[in-house]
Amino acid sequence: MSPAVSAATTSYVHASGVFNLTFLLVLIPAASAAVLFLSGRRSNAWGHLLGIAAPIASFVIGLVLFFALIGRDGGQSRQIDQFLYSWVPVGSFHANVSLLIDPLSSVFVLLITGVGSAIHVYSIGYMGHDPDRRRFFAEMNLFVAAMLLLVLADNYLLLYVGWEGVGLASYLLIGFWTYKPSAAVAAKKAFLVNRVGDLGLSFAVMLMFATFGTFTFTGVFNASPHAQSGTMTALGLLLLLAACGKSAQVPLQSWLLDAMEGPTPVSALIHAATMVTAGVYLIARSHPIYDVSVDARTAVEVVGAVTLVVGAIIGCAYDDIKKVLAASTMSQIGYMMLAVGLGPTAYAIGIMHLLTHGFFKANMFLGAGSVMHGMNDEVNMRRYGGLAKVMPVTFATFACGYLAIIGLPPFAGFFSKDKIIEAAFDKGGAEGWILGLIALLGAGITAFYMSRLMIMTFFGNRRWARDAHPHESPSVMTGPMILLAIGSVVAGFLLVLGASLQHFLTPSVGKSVEEGAHTIAPLVLTLITLVVVAGGVGAAWWLVWRKPVPVEQPLNVTQLTWAARRSLYGDAVNEAVFMRPGAYLTRALVFFDGRGVDGFVNGLAAVVGGSSARARRMQTGFARSYALGILGGALVLTAALLVVRTG
Amino acid sequence: MSPDYYLYLSAVLFTIGATGVLVRRNAIVVFMCIELMLNAVNLTLVTFARINGSLDGQIIAFFVMVVAAAEVVVGLAIIMSIFRSRRSASVDDANLLKY
Repeated sequence: MSPAVSAATTSYVHASGVFNLTFLLVLIPAASAAVLFLSGRRSNAWGHLLGIAAPIASFVIGLVLFFALIGRDGGQSRQIDQFLYSWVPVGSFHANVSLLIDPLSSVFVLLITGVGSAIHVYSIGYMGHDPDRRRFFAEMNLFVAAMLLLVLADNYLLLYVGWEGVGLASYLLIGFWTYKPSAAVAAKKAFLVNRVGDLGLSFAVMLMFATFGTFTFTGVFNASPHAQSGTMTALGLLLLLAACGKSAQVPLQSWLLDAMEGPTPVSALIHAATMVTAGVYLIARSHPIYDVSVDARTAVEVVGAVTLVVGAIIGCAYDDIKKVLAASTMSQIGYMMLAVGLGPTAYAIGIMHLLTHGFFKANMFLGAGSVMHGMNDEVNMRRYGGLAKVMPVTFATFACGYLAIIGLPPFAGFFSKDKIIEAAFDKGGAEGWILGLIALLGAGITAFYMSRLMIMTFFGNRRWARDAHPHESPSVMTGPMILLAIGSVVAGFLLVLGASLQHFLTPSVGKSVEEGAHTIAPLVLTLITLVVVAGGVGAAWWLVWRKPVPVEQPLNVTQLTWAARRSLYGDAVNEAVFMRPGAYLTRALVFFDGRGVDGFVNGLAAVVGGSSARARRMQTGFARSYALGILGGALVLTAALLVVRTG
Repeated sequence: MSPDYYLYLSAVLFTIGATGVLVRRNAIVVFMCIELMLNAVNLTLVTFARINGSLDGQIIAFFVMVVAAAEVVVGLAIIMSIFRSRRSASVDDANLLKY
């Protein structure tokens, strides 16, 4: 066994002391969701209060566990496993329900419960007039519980339970406004596209079990270095498929844009900050698998690089503010995928971008929700304009998110995105140059479409609908926005301080390789990035700021814009790759079932029925013919007897 | 006298009875033909009892007579009630029990 392999050996210590509370993280929101679901209309009055109390309680426990974790000395003892019960004990096989609290899951717990709590509080205001607010909170709590289960699971089977749980919650919440057919269709689409990805995860779990005889993290990770490379590549690609579905990566990206039919807090929590990043979590968590399969890692890189450009291009064309943000989410998750695909150097950077993105994107979604709240649920940016003066708090907080996402120092995005671009270049060789340039290009396009969004929404002439009376949102909504805005400003700086996050995450994602020679000196690269970003902002200024924005969408545009407005034909690809073959398959199966299986069974019945119909004609009702039959029978019998006797 | 002649007679009687059952329509006549067949069989039984020198055949013949008497009671009652409801004693008219 080589030293590198022995260093990667994973083992968890049993929970003790305060870590015995880990299960409460999941249990509290789950119990709250159950109470809200079961108590019905009786809890309408206080349901939302319980709904926000649950994630806040989980957040407090998460904080306690986080500090307890920091309090331990580094290394193995920071990976703590709480065994709850044996779920499927069959002979020597045990599928356990046990939770793993380690640096990676603890930062996720803080992100989910922290950002989640802020968004829950915001929802009190945003969903204030909705008669189904209690159900909303029940489903949000269900989501939080499932997501926590996903990140706390210590084996792939339990992770799969959480994975499906968040898919269910996402489905329920996208289709929350059940009376809107578009919402129902979007929910169904999200669910179905996710199923394609889930197939990958379920196959991966089966393959793990077939190969290693276990699906615990420790078992799989410790056996990975010795497994056949083909198996590991297959495993990596299956997990990548799962990640593509959940994280809306090319080619399974199209559902995310439609998912914006859900209420805005849902978009902020599920489709920006947490659930869609589950794919990144999955890959970072499975790093021992990717460490041994270069091919699978390259696939992750390619998916990330393609998605970050595709998402950014789509973001430039849409006029729906939420869809622009959704496209931006796709693109940013593309950055994270690229980072985790780069391998040991960049897992921690990918997670860092995930955390900063969780802050600034949730912040911007809440800002978009606040704008919609003030504008009679208008989402078309061509109907906005000049809102900076009317909604100063929304504007200020949104601006923090904006500056963070375009990567202006010292806002959060600068620290994480810059690092990803740097890591991509440092990959070295042609691959490094291509990935680095793509990431750089993505940064420029990001700056363009976010500036376009800012200008169209908050500046320029007022293009409001006649009955719109924009106003600042109540403080229950602006409060969480301010909190997240602060996060957007300081999170990156805090995380990068002394490379603290990287060191903290080392037990979970492996030790970062010491920084070698840089392809481009970091300072120079930062300057180049800033120039590219400035170019993007400048382009937005040149194209959008100078002349008034037309209220109607212009039609004389380039082919690329046409394509981007149709989300680069993502739906057409889906239709050609999944829907049509699926339809043909089901049609063939229906044909086989109808003509083959049913044909045989029905044919048999028809033959029996037809022959009986003929046979019963013999029952004429005439006593004479029966008598003749009896006589004939008697004669035959007698003849037979005679033949037997004499013959 | 050879007992064979009794057997020839019973065969003739049986054939007449069977033919009558098959060709006649009147239920009463059909019924009478059945009786004829039964009695032909009785004659056979008794003849064979005589030939074999045992009483078994004669005992069975008594059984047949008792059963035939009971059957006449039931059969005539059925024919009567059919005649009352249909004004006809033809066996071909009573053909409801068919396919």
